[in-house]
Amino acid sequence: MSDDWTGAIDCDFHPRAPTPRQLGAYLDDHWRDTVEVRGIDTWETIAYPANAPLTVRPDWRDSGADADPVKAAEATLDRFGFAHAICNCLFPVQAFRDENLAAAFARAVNDWLAAEWLAKDTRLRGSVVLPMQSTERAVEEIERRAGDPRFVQVLMLVFGEQPLGKSVYWPVYAAAERHGFTVGIHAGSSYHHAVTGSGWPSYYLEDYAAQSLGFHTQLGSLVCEGVFVKFPRLKVVLIESGVTWLPPYLWRLSKFWRGVRNEVPWIDRPPEEFVRDHVRLTAQPFDGPPGAAHIGRVMDQLQSDQMLLFATDFPHWQFDGDAMLPAGIAPDLRKKILTDNPLATYPRLKRPA
Amino acid sequence: MMLDAPLAPEADADQRSGPDAQSHLQIIDGDVHPALRSLADLKPYMPARWWDLLATYGTRRRHGMSFEPYPKSAPRACRRDAWPEDGGPPGSNLDLVRAQYLDHYGVAFGMLGPLGVTGQSEVNLDLAAAIASAANDWQREFFTRREPRLRSAIVVPYEDGAAAAGEIERCAPDPAYAQVFMLTRSSEPAGNRRYWPIYEAAARHGLPVALHVFGASGHPYTGAGWPSYYVEEGAGHSTSCQTVVTSLVIEGVFERFPSLKVVIVEGGFAWLAPLAWRLDKLFERMRGEVAHLKRKPSEYIREHIWVTTQPMEEPADRTHVLDMMEWIGWDRLLFSSDYPHWDFDDPFRAFPAGMAAERRKQILTGNAKAVYRLP
Repeated sequence: MSDDWTGAIDCDFHPRAPTPRQLGAYLDDHWRDTVEVRGIDTWETIAYPANAPLTVRPDWRDSGADADPVKAAEATLDRFGFAHAICNCLFPVQAFRDENLAAAFARAVNDWLAAEWLAKDTRLRGSVVLPMQSTERAVEEIERRAGDPRFVQVLMLVFGEQPLGKSVYWPVYAAAERHGFTVGIHAGSSYHHAVTGSGWPSYYLEDYAAQSLGFHTQLGSLVCEGVFVKFPRLKVVLIESGVTWLPPYLWRLSKFWRGVRNEVPWIDRPPEEFVRDHVRLTAQPFDGPPGAAHIGRVMDQLQSDQMLLFATDFPHWQFDGDAMLPAGIAPDLRKKILTDNPLATYPRLKRPA
Repeated sequence: MMLDAPLAPEADADQRSGPDAQSHLQIIDGDVHPALRSLADLKPYMPARWWDLLATYGTRRRHGMSFEPYPKSAPRACRRDAWPEDGGPPGSNLDLVRAQYLDHYGVAFGMLGPLGVTGQSEVNLDLAAAIASAANDWQREFFTRREPRLRSAIVVPYEDGAAAAGEIERCAPDPAYAQVFMLTRSSEPAGNRRYWPIYEAAARHGLPVALHVFGASGHPYTGAGWPSYYVEEGAGHSTSCQTVVTSLVIEGVFERFPSLKVVIVEGGFAWLAPLAWRLDKLFERMRGEVAHLKRKPSEYIREHIWVTTQPMEEPADRTHVLDMMEWIGWDRLLFSSDYPHWDFDDPFRAFPAGMAAERRKQILTGNAKAVYRLP
């Protein structure tokens, strides 16, 4: 396998989330006072426990690479010659139960990202964290960022209040489509519900494993509710979803649709076709069979060479050394994953920043 | 890895249906659904107190509906040709079950999977236990006593582990019961310790535990809330199946009950291979969190979990599903038809073309012999 990564676009890159106090400079007086008076010292979910092995790769943990744009670039962009990295900040705005708090913090997180990361390295691009507790507030946040070409995507979590295809969220998609934003759905939960339909699993390992189940739900919802019929230019990226779960789910969804399509008559072609036209996945983590021998068969199940987008998932520990893609991927496909597919998925990447 | 060579044309000879078929294949079906003619069928098997409660207040399930929150695609989700002339629902007339299914296809054994009013998902645990017991007696009297090809399931009120284990103790001595029966959407993930008395009792009696899709947990059916449509619920059953397998493995149920056999029913199967890959990878990263596990998740899955085939996944390229079968293991797949439901899989037509006759036979009949308690 070639080890040339020059020009690759890293579609999932995580600056270390700020603390509420670090966001103070980006909050107005009322919310800054709120943080002090109410003692909001930390605001973290159980999605990425700070000391869990998965959360930060050991060598990056030692150097503190995810807390500083210069060190982060040394570990990734400089070292491999990436053209861009798209920053997905996982400060858990979505976990607030109060939509006013959520909207204030979403705005602050996005301002913080622009000032502390995007302004410090011209290769970095950003995702707009949305307060999905309120569709109206989410649309306001999209409008606020639309004029800044460094923001290329709007970001939501895979587990929220309701499945994302529901019409209550359609104004978000209308705004995203209008401004050329790609819609990113990232692993993680608002924890307004248990992560499984059978309640709370005991172990972090199970919580993380269950993230891929949320992506099943969202794909089914986006397709069946007709989001891609209503918004034909919309592109959705499933970020940190794993990859190999997708074909078996599409086989089921398409089979059920054939059986009961009279329930969703606006879906006039097989769900898998909508997915191939509108949905992309980041390539880390890649939950593949051991060894390189079967990778070609697994890739063939995707039935498209346009589905996967390169991602390091920095600083999460998804791979060791420089093995950023699974071994066994053909050179032509590799090139598409590294650059062609991301460029085709993020129209705002082509705008001069 | 080599995939099976395509079938030679003459190998299709054993796809004949009708009486001839009996001499060729002894089909074992992991999922056949019996039905009550009416609720009154349960009355003889229920103490008056519980019957009165049921008759007065009805079932009260953990999704707030008396039946199901998603309207089905057809009345009772059944084949339109499976309604008996006596006016009862599909699955309630043994003669029709025999003629339309058992005799027609030459089925050697069919595992009954009672759904509907069985006490499972009921919020009142005492009532749940009483209905489950009645459902077990009813199966025995209406079906298995009269038709030895049908085998009973021990329906357990699984949200009450002690009562469920008690029901297993009560039924297990009767060889007509071939398995223990739970639903995938439990109130806690299926490996949690409140359910261990069930696994302990099942393992002690050498009975496999079937976890069939559906059930109401008290949570939205997904971690992201309630989907709108039946098509989403149907496709999404594979997610609750994955929750079951993940929880059983990661909680260490198979370390604790090393002889336990688990069958996942009506969720398809292709999801199992990617799930095993995902769990192995996470195990490698975080085995310190789950130090009670002595082996990789995929090894427990390979040894303890079976999956029924219906609804058979149908990718455009049939080799994709054959790959999945290979990765899961040919010995882990059990044929199921889901008779008399609308998405019935015909034992002679459901398998992907190009599958070797030997493999098909293994899934239709051979594998099941290692799983179920059969005569």
